[in-house]
Amino acid sequence: MNAVMFKSHILVFAVAGLLTAARGGVCMAAEYSPGASDSEIKIGNTMPYSGPASGYSAIGKSLAAYFAMINDQGGINGRKIDFISRDDAYSPPKTVEVVRKLVEEDQVLMVFQSLGTPPNLAIRGYLNDNKIPQLFVGSGADQWNDPRRYPWTMGWQPSYGTESRIFARYVLDNLPDAKVAVLYQNDDFGKDYVNGMRSGLGDKAGKMIVATQSYETTDPTVDSQVSALQASGADVLVTAAIPKFTTLAIRKVYDIGWRPTQFVNSVSTSVGSVMKPAGAEKSAGVMSATYTKDPSDPRWQETPEYKDWLAWMKKYNPSVNVADALAVYGYSTAQTLVAVLKASGDNLTRDHVMHVAASLHDLSLPMLLPGITISTAADDYAPIKQMQLQKFDGNSWKVFGDVIKGSGR
Amino acid sequence: MEKRFAAPESVTEGTSAAAAANTWRWIGIVALIVIAAALPFGLSKYHVFELTMVMIYAIAVLGLNILTGYNGQISLGHGGFFAVGAYTAAILMHRYGVPYWLTLPPAALIGFALGVLFGLPALRFEGPYLALVTLAMALATPQLLKYFDTWTGGQQGINLAKPTPPAGLGLDRDRWLYFVALVVLLIAIRTAANILHGRTGRAFVAIRDHPIAAAAMGIDTAKYKTLAFGISTLFTAVAGALAAIVIGYVSPEGYSLFLSISFLVGSAVGGIATIGGAIVGGFFIQFVPNLANDISDAAPWAIYGLAMLLFMYTMPRGVVGTLWPRIVKFVAARKIAAQFAVSQREGR
Repeated sequence: MNAVMFKSHILVFAVAGLLTAARGGVCMAAEYSPGASDSEIKIGNTMPYSGPASGYSAIGKSLAAYFAMINDQGGINGRKIDFISRDDAYSPPKTVEVVRKLVEEDQVLMVFQSLGTPPNLAIRGYLNDNKIPQLFVGSGADQWNDPRRYPWTMGWQPSYGTESRIFARYVLDNLPDAKVAVLYQNDDFGKDYVNGMRSGLGDKAGKMIVATQSYETTDPTVDSQVSALQASGADVLVTAAIPKFTTLAIRKVYDIGWRPTQFVNSVSTSVGSVMKPAGAEKSAGVMSATYTKDPSDPRWQETPEYKDWLAWMKKYNPSVNVADALAVYGYSTAQTLVAVLKASGDNLTRDHVMHVAASLHDLSLPMLLPGITISTAADDYAPIKQMQLQKFDGNSWKVFGDVIKGSGR
Repeated sequence: MEKRFAAPESVTEGTSAAAAANTWRWIGIVALIVIAAALPFGLSKYHVFELTMVMIYAIAVLGLNILTGYNGQISLGHGGFFAVGAYTAAILMHRYGVPYWLTLPPAALIGFALGVLFGLPALRFEGPYLALVTLAMALATPQLLKYFDTWTGGQQGINLAKPTPPAGLGLDRDRWLYFVALVVLLIAIRTAANILHGRTGRAFVAIRDHPIAAAAMGIDTAKYKTLAFGISTLFTAVAGALAAIVIGYVSPEGYSLFLSISFLVGSAVGGIATIGGAIVGGFFIQFVPNLANDISDAAPWAIYGLAMLLFMYTMPRGVVGTLWPRIVKFVAARKIAAQFAVSQREGR
């Protein structure tokens, strides 16, 4: 009996060994698209290093710094990353030119984390026509999650719509009888929030949303809009605005004696440029949502994740401020790409890399808030769908409650 | 200031010398066209695309040269007219399904009409004051494009379907668009030459050189200044339409103030009162920022500025404005020397 079992074990091991060998044999014949080889993987990127949006270039620097560390550690499956990041000055015609150069001259495997909504819209058609991955687009617009029409384009961060659905989730769970008012910027950015709120509230949207008001970026104030929203009798206010108008709205709401539950979008949560200018007593209690760890929050500073981050910042990314959220963003997107490339193994064809990027399952990253993970599928090109709510206490933001999923489109 | 705009045509060394220069010029022009037509077959698609953009910028700069070089009106707003052409093409293609090549005439028409309208108030301003007025156009354009978002697509812009090259030519899209741009450029150059070397062009130059004397000679300065504006913006709007077709996307960020400044830089570097200078300007606009970026990641605009200084210091009338008269002189001098030698021999 024992001998038989022993024999069968040997058999199992032998078969397993053969299978492994066979698989190893398959792996030996690595497959490549242009941009990948036994020794390197070429990654293309566009970034506004000059021009009005050059503040975002901290992301580009952080990406390069992260890949430098990966290369120092031996690369990915033995291959070094050749990260080619070019300036497009946030000008879409320039982006088209630069991306064509990356694809046709530099022969990159993919375009990764190109920054900005208009620049990415300008290159989406070209990249999809030529079946080149446009991975983890650096923009929060809703339209990067459209795998049926654009199977080669994938976003990364929670979209504006996702964020708005998370506000809606909170309202449904905690304030089921609320009357919601929305103040939004009259463009696609603002409208993404209105649509997100409608889809998040579902069939109750018609009843719960009692008023919406829009403003133009050329308006001097939003006073009349805020007054009109108050007159609607709403007790929840969602403000989808850029920083300046968020400050104006918070102040006006307080000054006319309106005390709704207030949400502001994550674009406009800077303590220094939005909350403090509005005034501590006026902005206290305002809520928003977030998904990354704030590096200046003392809560994280004793954790190993933070210490790794700090060591990397000091050694590889010294020109960027340690408290800069853009560095966290660059660090985390680079880690997502590294995870995808690792999982792609020796099959570095564009097709396979895109397939792996669309099959991520509960990937957690050190600088994302605990509980927030990255998941994708062939019909789900929105890697991060969860956020956590945070409340401003007059001094700083404090996250509270559970991680909330703003699922669906 | 006036000297800088002096026309190279003033360099004439007698009729036989001019005729000799003319022959050489025609040989040169034909050779250039042959090279331009052969070029795309020896280059990669990306480089073909780059050269297409060079030609498009050359058309835009040519428009600016007519206004600033030949008529003496400085414009810092031509990026705005470029955008008008681009959006005319984009809206016609996207909303009304107009074929791409049919969008060029309406772009030209709208460019001309807007230019004339803009030229009317411009009559009251001269030199730096006019530059400021046109600066307003450049500054306002991106915001106006965002404001009229039902037409322009706002911040998101408009994605355009890629033009398909006619079947049977065996050309891919990039090479086909190269030839479209080349044909438009040649038509633009021919038209500009006809206008500038004729009565209208002489009126433009007379107004530039001495407006009071021009008026005393019976030139309707208001009419010609407005006309110069209209013709100039017509060229630039056509270039904008071509650019939209080639790039396949328009959005407000693509037409910032910097584009207008680029045109003026290209115009000055190439030779502000020349036609050939526009092509040099096109090359400068397309390649120098990229070269600067390759030389230094940290300070590309310092390199760009240095290149500009270098060009303007060594060739104050622009590349063509400085070199062309020298070539003409050189050829003429040799011709005269040869004739002198012949007459000497015959005389003996």
